[in-house]
Amino acid sequence: MDLFLFYAFAFLAITSALLVVSLKNTARALFLFFIVLFAMAGLYLFALADFVAITQVLVYVGGVLILMIFAFMLSNKELLSDLQDLSGSFITLPNWQSLALSLGFLGLMSYGIWQWDQAYSPAWMEQNIRTGQIILSRDNNINQLGMMFMSRYILPFEIISIFLMMTLIGAAHIARKGDEA
Amino acid sequence: MIPITHFLVVSACIFCIGLYAVISKRNAIMILVGIELMINAAILNLVAFGRYDKADYGGQVFALFAIVLAAAAVAVGLSIILMTYRKYKTINPDQITDLRD
Repeated sequence: MDLFLFYAFAFLAITSALLVVSLKNTARALFLFFIVLFAMAGLYLFALADFVAITQVLVYVGGVLILMIFAFMLSNKELLSDLQDLSGSFITLPNWQSLALSLGFLGLMSYGIWQWDQAYSPAWMEQNIRTGQIILSRDNNINQLGMMFMSRYILPFEIISIFLMMTLIGAAHIARKGDEA
Repeated sequence: MIPITHFLVVSACIFCIGLYAVISKRNAIMILVGIELMINAAILNLVAFGRYDKADYGGQVFALFAIVLAAAAVAVGLSIILMTYRKYKTINPDQITDLRD
């Protein structure tokens, strides 16, 4: 049952991501991106990361996607369709070239995962499996995460809060309507 | 328990779809969506390996940091896209060529 649900979520995520990149209509692609993010949150649940999953729903679906649709609505109507003029293109590759590149990358990564023998997992994983230090479904993750944020990971936590403040002020500064901007 | 290889394969697929979006789209918002897909694949990997780390919770903690970083990147990126649209009347990165020789 677990495995079936996992495959259902994985199928949902991959097919909607494929649809996101293949649709010509940007608005529809953005709304399909909702479904991808929800399915990814479901996949996090299967790795027993409930707090990360709920944060994904709050931050991505509640914040990032609304922001994207808002910015999309502020731009004009001809952007609804993906532009197809390739003359003088110096960043974007043609479709077949990018398809070949990403398929090659996928093949490379799948080959790497295929070659990775489970018997030779990293030493810390081996040790944690042997001593039973793996997260189980009955563990209280949120409590432990709060402890870790305030004790062991206090420095990255503070750095990231300063960084978040800097980016928010910077974004507001860039996007303001000013004469000198 | 689901084997970790399944998470890795799903994450590789999502990452390559995001890579395709980044290098083939002609719309800055869709390029941003592709970057978000790649970040999500990375977060899935962090979370899948973090299951084996109960002592430190390293995977889940840094997955949360990655989510925050992605949100910050989207905020700055979208404001830059908006300003670019206001100045150039397009968000196709191919047509913004002021720095070109």
